[in-house]
Amino acid sequence: MKNNFIKSTIKICLPIFLAAVAINFSHGQSDQNEITISTTTGLAQKPIPVSLDGFSGEVESVLKFDLYVQGFTFVSPDAAQYQISGSNSGNVVGRVSDKFARKEILSRSYTGASLRREAHAFADDIVQAITGKPGIAQLRGSTAKIAFEAQSPNGNGEIYVSDFDGGNPVAVTHDNAIVDAPAWVPGRLALFYTSYQPGNPDIFYHDLTTGQRRIVAGYSGLNTGAAVSPDGTKLAMILSKSGSPNVWVCNIDGTNLKKLTSTEEDSSPCWSPDGQWICFATKIAERRVLAKVPAGGGAVRQISTAGVFNPTEPDWSPDGKWIAFTRQAGDEFDICVVPADGTADPVVLVTGEDPSWSPNSRTLVFTRRAGYRYALSVLDVFTKQVKDIAQISGNDSQPSWEK
Amino acid sequence: MKMMKLIYPLAFALAITLASTGCRSHKPGPITQLPGPTIGIVGNDTGGGTLPGGTLPPETGLQTQPGAGQTAGLEEFEGMIKDPAALAAYTIHFAYDQAVIRSSEQANLQAVAAALTADPNTKLLIEGNCDERGTEEYNLSLGERRALAAREALAKLGVDPMRVRTISYGKAKPVDPGHNEAAWSKNRRDDFVLLHPKASS
Repeated sequence: MKNNFIKSTIKICLPIFLAAVAINFSHGQSDQNEITISTTTGLAQKPIPVSLDGFSGEVESVLKFDLYVQGFTFVSPDAAQYQISGSNSGNVVGRVSDKFARKEILSRSYTGASLRREAHAFADDIVQAITGKPGIAQLRGSTAKIAFEAQSPNGNGEIYVSDFDGGNPVAVTHDNAIVDAPAWVPGRLALFYTSYQPGNPDIFYHDLTTGQRRIVAGYSGLNTGAAVSPDGTKLAMILSKSGSPNVWVCNIDGTNLKKLTSTEEDSSPCWSPDGQWICFATKIAERRVLAKVPAGGGAVRQISTAGVFNPTEPDWSPDGKWIAFTRQAGDEFDICVVPADGTADPVVLVTGEDPSWSPNSRTLVFTRRAGYRYALSVLDVFTKQVKDIAQISGNDSQPSWEK
Repeated sequence: MKMMKLIYPLAFALAITLASTGCRSHKPGPITQLPGPTIGIVGNDTGGGTLPGGTLPPETGLQTQPGAGQTAGLEEFEGMIKDPAALAAYTIHFAYDQAVIRSSEQANLQAVAAALTADPNTKLLIEGNCDERGTEEYNLSLGERRALAAREALAKLGVDPMRVRTISYGKAKPVDPGHNEAAWSKNRRDDFVLLHPKASS
């Protein structure tokens, strides 16, 4: 009798126990692991299902945008893995429950700022509580920003700065001229960009806290594509003063100028996060390719984008793992990513061009053409979830995420 | 009797299951809402160098003195008068995504070279342009390469490249706003702008 009792207990008990343990582990913070790539599965990751309850208006839309572009999806509370609830009358109050672990993992109230600002702070706390990684809605105590170009029909435009979701846009130039390629200085509220205001495309350094700006590269021909090294000491750019557009590097103040490439048709330099390499688009053996050159000078090396032709506009992810780029296929443009170490083939993600990574190395901002109009859009690379930013002014393009 | 044999193992199984999921007090119902710690976010996004009101200042106190190392070349063109009409008939055109000057354009280039040779006081601005296809940064570069190609071709026809400045407008300044090949082929071009010295005072 005792043997039978034990046997039947184990028969029933063990599978239930194992199932319970398995469920427990699968909803822990180990969800956001390293993504292993194979050429067959690519990057695909399922979005994390959450429910939102009790929020309205601007707070609800901010939470939805912020979480959607970081890989969350919205479902009913029954289907959710995490339940987000709270209120926003007067100020934001929010809670997050882990449904399967049956515990509250976040409970906070936010005061002293606009509802929009409080919602961004809550969104970041949600991401941190669920994934263990920082959210991207804030940077150095403020809403994270993007810089971009807004162009009117005659081709002239201005450089704008806004919140990464398009909120609070401000024109930081008043040049009424062709402007291009804004790039942030890491750790500072300052931009480099090209403006034709002086009568030539010159690269300006513009301190956004004082409004002061000066020309850092005003050579004859083209001065464009400014990109600041991750340590903030050097500037890469495209100059054509030697007779063809090539990659040059100088100190951030414009001194110590050095030519890095003699390849044909160079454009769009970007730095590796360790500061060792500058990646750019170029032409080698009659083919448009991506390449990299040592930041201190040296041989240009081609970066393979096997099967994906006409790559351009690269941007290196902050964690060093990915290079995002645009590929042109006829009249179509697509955002693609390729592992920076070349261990797998590139993956074509969504229609768009000119990607710029956010600090989480999975969300990026890019330009989307709708017919012949340009708008800004935000993509989560791993879930391919995409959300447009509201049109800000004219044709918006060339976005750069604050560093 | 058989039912009784099942109940104990099941109860045991249930107890273990609940223990393993960490649910000590198995009570259904809303989670107790504890007031969390309050975060005071300073209302106007200050800190880290931003400005009050969450806005960035309009650009003030513009200083446009050149940074270190601005090259010579452009000063020699400074103050000259643009004459876009003089050589408007000699605009040259390019094939899609190409900066190569086709032989069909040679006659126009010769006319430009002749105009510059005729008046040694003049200089030239070559404006390189693209159609609206292609990405923006790539097109800036392509427009510049088209202008540079024309400068090289003019050098072969005897025009000193020091008299020639290039500028790329990328796709920003089309002559035809249409979205078809007829328009695009007109926009893929170099325009030649003759530059006259300012009349001396």
